Amino acid sequence: MSGKVQLSQTQQSTRLRKNRLSLMIDEIWKSRVSYLFIAPFVLAFSLFIIIPVIVAFGLSFTYFNTIQAPSYAGWENFQYLLSQDIIFLKHALPNTLTFALIVGPGGYIAAFVLAWLIAQIPDRLRIWFVLAFYAPSLTGGVVMNIIWQPMLSGDRIGYLNSFLLGLGIIDEPQLWVIDPKYLMISMVVVTMWSSMGVGFLAMVAGILNVDKQLYEAARIDGIKSRLQEIWYITIPYMKPQMLFASVMAIVGAFKAGQVGEQLSGMKPTPEYAGHMIHSHISDYGLIRYEMGYAAALSVVLLCMIYFFNRLSWRLFGPKGDE
Amino acid sequence: MMLLKKIKRIKLDKTQIFLMFLLTFGGAFMMLPLIYIFNHALKPYSELFLFPPRIFVQQPTLSNFTEFFIVLRDSVVPTSRYLFNSLLVTFLGVTLVIVISALCAYPLSKHRFYGSKLLFSVILVSLMFVPEAMEIPRYVVIARLGIMDTYLGHIFPHIAASVTVFLIKQFMDQVPNELIEAAKIDGAKEWTVFMRIMIPICMPAIATTAILTFQTIWNDTSTSTLFMQNDSMKTFPFFLSTITNNLANQVARQGAAAAAAMIMFLPTLIVFLVFQRKVIATMAHSGIK
Repeated sequence: MSGKVQLSQTQQSTRLRKNRLSLMIDEIWKSRVSYLFIAPFVLAFSLFIIIPVIVAFGLSFTYFNTIQAPSYAGWENFQYLLSQDIIFLKHALPNTLTFALIVGPGGYIAAFVLAWLIAQIPDRLRIWFVLAFYAPSLTGGVVMNIIWQPMLSGDRIGYLNSFLLGLGIIDEPQLWVIDPKYLMISMVVVTMWSSMGVGFLAMVAGILNVDKQLYEAARIDGIKSRLQEIWYITIPYMKPQMLFASVMAIVGAFKAGQVGEQLSGMKPTPEYAGHMIHSHISDYGLIRYEMGYAAALSVVLLCMIYFFNRLSWRLFGPKGDE
Repeated sequence: MMLLKKIKRIKLDKTQIFLMFLLTFGGAFMMLPLIYIFNHALKPYSELFLFPPRIFVQQPTLSNFTEFFIVLRDSVVPTSRYLFNSLLVTFLGVTLVIVISALCAYPLSKHRFYGSKLLFSVILVSLMFVPEAMEIPRYVVIARLGIMDTYLGHIFPHIAASVTVFLIKQFMDQVPNELIEAAKIDGAKEWTVFMRIMIPICMPAIATTAILTFQTIWNDTSTSTLFMQNDSMKTFPFFLSTITNNLANQVARQGAAAAAAMIMFLPTLIVFLVFQRKVIATMAHSGIK
């Protein structure tokens, strides 16, 4: 009796599974138009993002000089990277981390504070302030480099030098972008200057979006200071924008790999003071043509970016109950 | 007078006045390098190397621009070619990115189909895949595709724009479903819904992403460095970077470089100024929920 019941149950479940499969195919066929719509993007996305990531992981386990076919090298690249590549361990890695840890959170907090201050200003004047802070981020790469040259120029005609000389803070002109002592600081300042980009705009919009009635309600409930308002209302309310901005901040911090070379005009930077993982990658990949090793470096960089993103996701990401 | 009247009409309390003051100061500080470079571009040589340096130009001249164009004329490949390359690549690139991204954003936002959630989460993760970190594998892929030294080599690396899809999709989420259903009852096909309803409503998002894409492609030198070996296929910003490289260690061409920087910078600024309101409206929906 019970065996019969079981049999029919298994039969039923296989039938169900079959049904589900045909249902799924049915569903897919029904939404064929949707697939048609996403097809171009998915194609491009696979070609230029998915495949490169897979290729990077694949190549990182090989020796590849772009002329001969890649030969399998196991963990060799990573071993070399962690134990013998002194330039990586002494310069590229610490430089990248210091740079990212200052520019990322620093730029992020600065963006929030600025966005909040700007949001307090009446509507008609606001846009001009937004523009003033956003405009520097329009100057990518080359332009940024040219703009900062006269500012940081090492002789006494450099604006910064002449300004500080005038104030008597320094006695002789400093080589802001060539002296290894100052290069990192210059890089951080220049990048921070141009970091009020999309994330900053998202924050401005996010703060403006907060329902004004919430503030009034909160005042009745006993919130006293503006700081409390920010902490209990503004930030929770604009969490999605905060998360987006944090992703952009992290990406921006790791993206600016060439600032050092651009500012100092030297490759590699003087005494590797501005040497980043990114510079290391292009050094191995595009000058020495050791693609396998360069791929291993890329994998390390990607993992670092991913790790920091997970971290910010945990801080600002949507929680289960929201 | 008009401006004064306008300002008077806006009521400010004390904190706001203080804030305005603070922000004006901060904003001026941020704009300082830009003001410098603008003045720099107009300075004659005698003023460029004046000590002590002055911010503002005394006798504005266009000689830097003429010098710049002389440098351009004397280069092996005519500069008009670089400019043409840049304009073509930027125009085609922006158009393609917008079309492809909008097409993808629509079903992601309004349809339910197998894999849509997966695709969106992959897009979210890929927001953080900095192209700079993937130079080497991308080089391998582009080389395999055989599009080195073609315009496609400039454009294709940009078209998988996760940020663009993400921004347009978030904006589309707020379009009421009833609107689409009503159109479908009236007999509209998906394509009509997309073209007649979604695109017009999402114009702010499209304008915004167009600006952002324009900025990236216009300023990008990496495709020229990585994928172009033929000099006549390289772009304007790349050419600028070759004439201004090592600027830190030399005095010549500082004025020309400043002029060049203005030529590169002004288009992005103007485009932003034209679309600024739409940008803020779009960014309100940029949150990751």
